Amino acid sequence: MIVNEQVAVDHGLKKDEYAKICELLKRTPNITELGIFSAMWNEHCSYKSSRLHLKKLPTKGKKVIQGPGENAGVIDIEDNDAIVFKIESHNHPSFIEPYQGAATGVGGIMRDVFTMGARPIANLNSIHFGSPQHKKTKNLLRGVVHGIGGYGNCMGVPTIAGQTSFDSSYNGNILVNAMTLGLVKKDKIFYSKAAGLNKPVIYVGSKTGRDGIHGASMASASFDEKVEEKKPTVQVGDPFTEKLLLEACLELMAGDSIIAIQDMGAAGLTSSSIEMASKGNLGIEINLNKVPCREAKMTPYEIMLSESQERMLIVLENGKEEHAKKIFDKWNLDFAVIGKTTKSKKIELYFDEEKVADIPVNTLVENSPMYDRKWKKAKLPKKNKIKKEDIKHLKIIDVLKKILANPNVCSKEWIWQQYDHTVMGDTIQKPGGDAGVVRVHGTDKAVAASVDSSAVYCWAHPLTGGKQVVCESFRNLISVGAKPIAITNCLNFGSPEKEENMGEFVECVQGIGEASEYLKFPVVSGNVSFYNQTKDKGIKPTPSIGGVGLIKNYKNMITMEFKEVGNIALVIGKTEGHIDQSLFARNILDEKNGPPPEVNLFNEKNNGETVLKLIDNNLIKSAHDVSLGGIITAAAKMCIKGKKGINIKKPQYLINEIEYLFSEDQGRYILEINKKDFKKVADILNRNAVHFDELGTISENELYFNDKTKVSIDELSTYNNSWLLKYMSK
Amino acid sequence: MKSSVITFPGSNCDRDMDVALKKFGFKNKMVWHTDAELPKSDLVVLPGGFSYGDYLRCGSMASKSKIMQSVINFANAGGMVMGICNGFQILVETGLVPGVLLRNKYLEFICKNVFIKINDKKNKYFKNIENEILELHIAHNEGNYFCTNDQLKEIEDNNQIAINYCDENGKIEDQFNPNGSIKNIAGIFNKEKNVLGMMPHPERMIHTSLSGEDGSLFFKNLINNLK
Repeated sequence: MIVNEQVAVDHGLKKDEYAKICELLKRTPNITELGIFSAMWNEHCSYKSSRLHLKKLPTKGKKVIQGPGENAGVIDIEDNDAIVFKIESHNHPSFIEPYQGAATGVGGIMRDVFTMGARPIANLNSIHFGSPQHKKTKNLLRGVVHGIGGYGNCMGVPTIAGQTSFDSSYNGNILVNAMTLGLVKKDKIFYSKAAGLNKPVIYVGSKTGRDGIHGASMASASFDEKVEEKKPTVQVGDPFTEKLLLEACLELMAGDSIIAIQDMGAAGLTSSSIEMASKGNLGIEINLNKVPCREAKMTPYEIMLSESQERMLIVLENGKEEHAKKIFDKWNLDFAVIGKTTKSKKIELYFDEEKVADIPVNTLVENSPMYDRKWKKAKLPKKNKIKKEDIKHLKIIDVLKKILANPNVCSKEWIWQQYDHTVMGDTIQKPGGDAGVVRVHGTDKAVAASVDSSAVYCWAHPLTGGKQVVCESFRNLISVGAKPIAITNCLNFGSPEKEENMGEFVECVQGIGEASEYLKFPVVSGNVSFYNQTKDKGIKPTPSIGGVGLIKNYKNMITMEFKEVGNIALVIGKTEGHIDQSLFARNILDEKNGPPPEVNLFNEKNNGETVLKLIDNNLIKSAHDVSLGGIITAAAKMCIKGKKGINIKKPQYLINEIEYLFSEDQGRYILEINKKDFKKVADILNRNAVHFDELGTISENELYFNDKTKVSIDELSTYNNSWLLKYMSK
Repeated sequence: MKSSVITFPGSNCDRDMDVALKKFGFKNKMVWHTDAELPKSDLVVLPGGFSYGDYLRCGSMASKSKIMQSVINFANAGGMVMGICNGFQILVETGLVPGVLLRNKYLEFICKNVFIKINDKKNKYFKNIENEILELHIAHNEGNYFCTNDQLKEIEDNNQIAINYCDENGKIEDQFNPNGSIKNIAGIFNKEKNVLGMMPHPERMIHTSLSGEDGSLFFKNLINNLK
């Protein structure tokens, strides 16, 4: 096939990018080379629109062993233990083929983690769907949940937490973000940097097929009406093979044979070989006839661009081939020496004894395009004033019932009951709480993880929204008694070529950066997904934040259910009554304008650290952060989970009841304490200048407000538990 | 007491079972599926997971693997063999216990706590156990036990039903059946009651910080019965 500008454009390259390729090579590329460039230079692999801004994120800290740039981030959890973690998107494939798209998303992120020598110990996910009324939503939800379960369950890794939301902006572009945590010894971490000349390059895992060709390019473009035709670009997952690959890799990693290892994810053999060579400042020579293929007559182009799953590339020490082969034979996996490292600093490919590609590595990596895209700064919208006549007819309990049954608040048990969340025998907080918690096997330590996003806030004001998501992650970890350590982010946005969308990205990243800097909660890994857009319509900006924290003794973990009648509930943090962009404003008043709640980083940090202090002093019986739906929604959930009631007092200062109960001011928690500890708790809070209100007393079976309005917890529970079940069984 | 846990390609509860058996005093050995001989054992466990990906029929490939001939001989000679979840599926495929395991009634994987009632205590697995009702954990996609009417009559006549799904008070009713299995069956024995297959995972319930601790009761009692 003759390569020209049109062929390059069909590969998703811009005309000037094609011109740059010809200039760098000082000739016209052949079709295999063009394929390689298109795979390495697309948005998904090159981060060409985002790199400039991602550089500004804080990525260092005392506990950070490895920040962004490797397969995943690594943090220190003491005693020579480390946690490897990352979140990644699989949005485009999941919309086209929900089961396989979601399944391979989970498979891919687990590979990123065990590539570094860590055994995966927990999975999480953040999934976002269109309006429940949209004709595709139900099937997409079912397919994605089955796919996530199908892969994670078979791997034997517990899925311990997640987030699900519905919003019409995802009607044409759902989001599937998968996160994995792995456990590794600090001195046994593996990296992707090749080193040494003439070292054997090894291919292990599944055979290469024609699936997923151009997957990464597909993920770098918007959808149009012909989206269904893209099905062949979706990979097909085989969790059984990945389980074998995991065990085989960990067995090989126990020795000292591996110099570098890299999984074949997006852009398959192309990106894995080039990344290893680039990091090691070396060349790689590959004989493509040696690559194990599933189908006959695959061309060099297809072999290099296939995104077949469950494959790894390894640079071995000389003389270790036999030893390594034995391990992969034991696990019935393909093993082939396909090439070697060279000093040429080029990627050189041979097929049928002919050289089919010859590209300097730096042209693909350092010289890849980087854009400073135009972006538009968002204005902070004007505050709305709630009109008395709009709320005077509202009954608090009726509103509460509606909110508890709202798709974004209701119980997601139907989803997480399909995920094995207890395998590995260390899950001590299952899904449905503020964060999932697993013990560090064989120790007293436990790791907490949560995944959060607040697209509505980010859409209303990206800078505030970006800060808020990081704070929410911080709060969720503190609510289970964990000290927050670091985050991973998955940045889901529309087209970077549109100024509004690019502005949303830039300002969300700025907000994330400011909050993580202030909270000492650095970003250690992540991924960017642009072009979540069908024709001209983009999604609401949706950065997902995966937070990880440490509990030094798992027996001190906190859960959210109210524990004992007679105990007191406190609200930590000041309630200002910010209603704009709250669930109440959007769903009850149908008011979609206005700014999101303000984020005060000083209060976030101070409130959070003081709550942790209370927990360390064993003064807290239960805790829950206040988020969607405000104080009364948070309290109701603690009642439902604990099968207890609460008698909520009237607010103690001048504030409208509705604003007090439903506003979504930030930096707040509800804590349950024993009456006899009240003075001690109040002392600590006062000494640290943390505002708190007495919310009420834990009672039996009923939620009271101000001694007059009441509702049974059973009834609230029914509202909270039935929406999703009913929706899925219709 | 010596135990052996078999690891098939795709087993994923083998480590959990190893941890549980050791915690309650067993000297446990992990046995690879291509081994020909079982080590000397007082108990052999087929663990949960997705042996061979469960791509053909759950447990069918594993039931034909090399080690299984020794396991079958061991069972036929009266040795104690216990299959949990995928292990139960493997046992029905070998014919050591009667019946089959179909996909769950609602066609979805289920992971949750359930109550089970012990139906028969005249065997080494449940003899002397303190509680008749245990809270255990299930996590499976194919746990819907099914057999022919003739088989069911035989099973009932021989008292081969080991445990049934029930509520916290031991009531065995349809509404407490998580997967549609016939007669709420959660586990069954062979005729001689030295082979037990069951869906629930006692190895996941061995600490108060986990989903519960009734699995501890089961293992403590089991090792005492074997002594």
